[in-house]
Amino acid sequence: MDNLTNKEYQEYAKKKVPKPNYLKNSIRAFFVGGTICLIGQIIRNGLFRFGFDEKAVATGTAIIMVFLGSLLTGLGIYDKIGKFGGAGATIPITGFANSIVASAMEYKREGYIFGVAARMFTIAGPVLVYGIGSSIVVGILYLIFTAGR
Amino acid sequence: MEYITAFIVGGLICVVGQILLDTTSLTPAHIIVTFLMIGVVLGAIGVYEPIAEFAEAGATIPILGFGYSLSKGAIEGAKAKGVIGAFAGGLESTAGATAAAVLFGYIISVVSYPKSKS
Amino acid sequence: MAIKRIGNRTIKFQNPPSIIGTSSIVGPKEGDGPLRSYFDLVLEYDTWGQKSFEKAEAKMQEEAIKLAIKNANLSVNDIHFLISGDLLSQIISSSYTAREIGIPYFGLYGACSTMTESMSLGAMIIDGGFADYVVCATSSHFSSAERQFRFPLEYGAQRKFTSQWTVTGAGATVLSAKGEGPYITYITPGRIRDYGITDTSNMGAAMAPAAVDTLLNHFKDTGFTPMDYDLIISGDLGLIGRRIVIDMMQKEGYDLSENYTDCGIKIFDTVEQDVHAGASGCACSAVVFNGYVYKEILKSTFNRVLVMSTGALHSTTSSLQGESIPGIAHAVTIEKSI
Repeated sequence: MDNLTNKEYQEYAKKKVPKPNYLKNSIRAFFVGGTICLIGQIIRNGLFRFGFDEKAVATGTAIIMVFLGSLLTGLGIYDKIGKFGGAGATIPITGFANSIVASAMEYKREGYIFGVAARMFTIAGPVLVYGIGSSIVVGILYLIFTAGR
Repeated sequence: MEYITAFIVGGLICVVGQILLDTTSLTPAHIIVTFLMIGVVLGAIGVYEPIAEFAEAGATIPILGFGYSLSKGAIEGAKAKGVIGAFAGGLESTAGATAAAVLFGYIISVVSYPKSKS
Repeated sequence: MAIKRIGNRTIKFQNPPSIIGTSSIVGPKEGDGPLRSYFDLVLEYDTWGQKSFEKAEAKMQEEAIKLAIKNANLSVNDIHFLISGDLLSQIISSSYTAREIGIPYFGLYGACSTMTESMSLGAMIIDGGFADYVVCATSSHFSSAERQFRFPLEYGAQRKFTSQWTVTGAGATVLSAKGEGPYITYITPGRIRDYGITDTSNMGAAMAPAAVDTLLNHFKDTGFTPMDYDLIISGDLGLIGRRIVIDMMQKEGYDLSENYTDCGIKIFDTVEQDVHAGASGCACSAVVFNGYVYKEILKSTFNRVLVMSTGALHSTTSSLQGESIPGIAHAVTIEKSI
């Protein structure tokens, strides 16, 4: 083994790893992600029935979904949904809420400033940074491209 | 009808994420940020709007939709108030969800504890 | 003159220390596994009435040490040194335990190789005539390790197929200058092997070359063959690491297929208990050795055993910075009689 190079070993080790069951994982992700969006649609239609306009409905749906994601995380259920559904639980906005609550409650022992509040965005922080940052770029680019008109 | 399209489109978006998770070494955090950025870009070039109109919650509940409303808000802000609007618009349009995440996140973290896993 | 050394890397003890007492404490999931009856204590709740998982881990280690000393029919003040370590940053579980135990203490960081690392050092201290009694201990806790090395507990991420489940538990071993065995007769300390594996959810593959390196040197130095052992057991290589070790040893001309296994495979039912590639953690080899292996040696099921805890010596910082995982493996030979 003394003449084994890093690259050779990495190739070799890769062969020893069984492949994940792509089909099963994808079906589960489809089912879980689809169901979460379906619940979102039910909330959305319900809010329309209360007579809110499109903007209010979009915001209201997002708020309720975030609440549900947070609640299920607090009850210790969302990680099980995630374990089963993989990306199906991560990609919907409920997954964003899950990452916030999971980080915050994990660090409660470290206090409410450096624990809960500071750790809240360890996983979700990048979403806000890249999301808000890029939206500003988009807004400025829009101004530049439409400046001549 | 819109229930079925929401289910299928939302499900398919998640399948793309799952395939990325299974075939690359990206973590869920990488996938979320990537999808968000795709949403911002697709929103900016006007591709996401028709998808969102067609699939409704199927397109807005996935994190792509968050990116879409960020860029849509920034463009609308820029239209209405220029540079200031470009800065504020994205956050304004997603302020509800972000604020809810902070408040609910805090309250729920305060009242609950992580459970032992098995 | 280092008269106790043989070959390149191995030490042969002139006055082999005896293992006169052991203990193992595990969490509920480990207690549901196939080795349940071998553990001294199976906890009903893995928090054990403590306010945090870290405190629960320290309590497990403290109780394990006290229990091992009791099982050796000694009292804490008879022990000359405590040698211990764990996975948490600055090895807090061990240091807070040492605070309660109150005897001279050497803290180690060997990650999951801590059990045989501490036993190796303890055996040398005793054979060197520096102590009559030494206690070696380590602990790990799924929930404290998970948040330090991976994600928060309630985060809905899927575990990769190659990932391993950190054992919740603690084990302690009391070594004595006098006694009727089982004896520690040889040790082969490991050197770091790192073949550039960066995937922290595939530790088995990262540590396997270190295990192979230690095994090769052990056999070369001692003249033993795998068949001279009733059992060869590595620490926490899991299903993938074990497969790699058997395969690489085969290429070097050693057949391990008969009597080699891994603590990370033994402790859980890897099919039923959803632990993916097996178990890991300091406590993995600690509880399997101090529970299962030791008790089977006493029953004479095994007369000569090679225990080799394996460690992945990376940190969260190093892996975020893209550094690869340095692996290590320390081998200890335990014989029923000499």
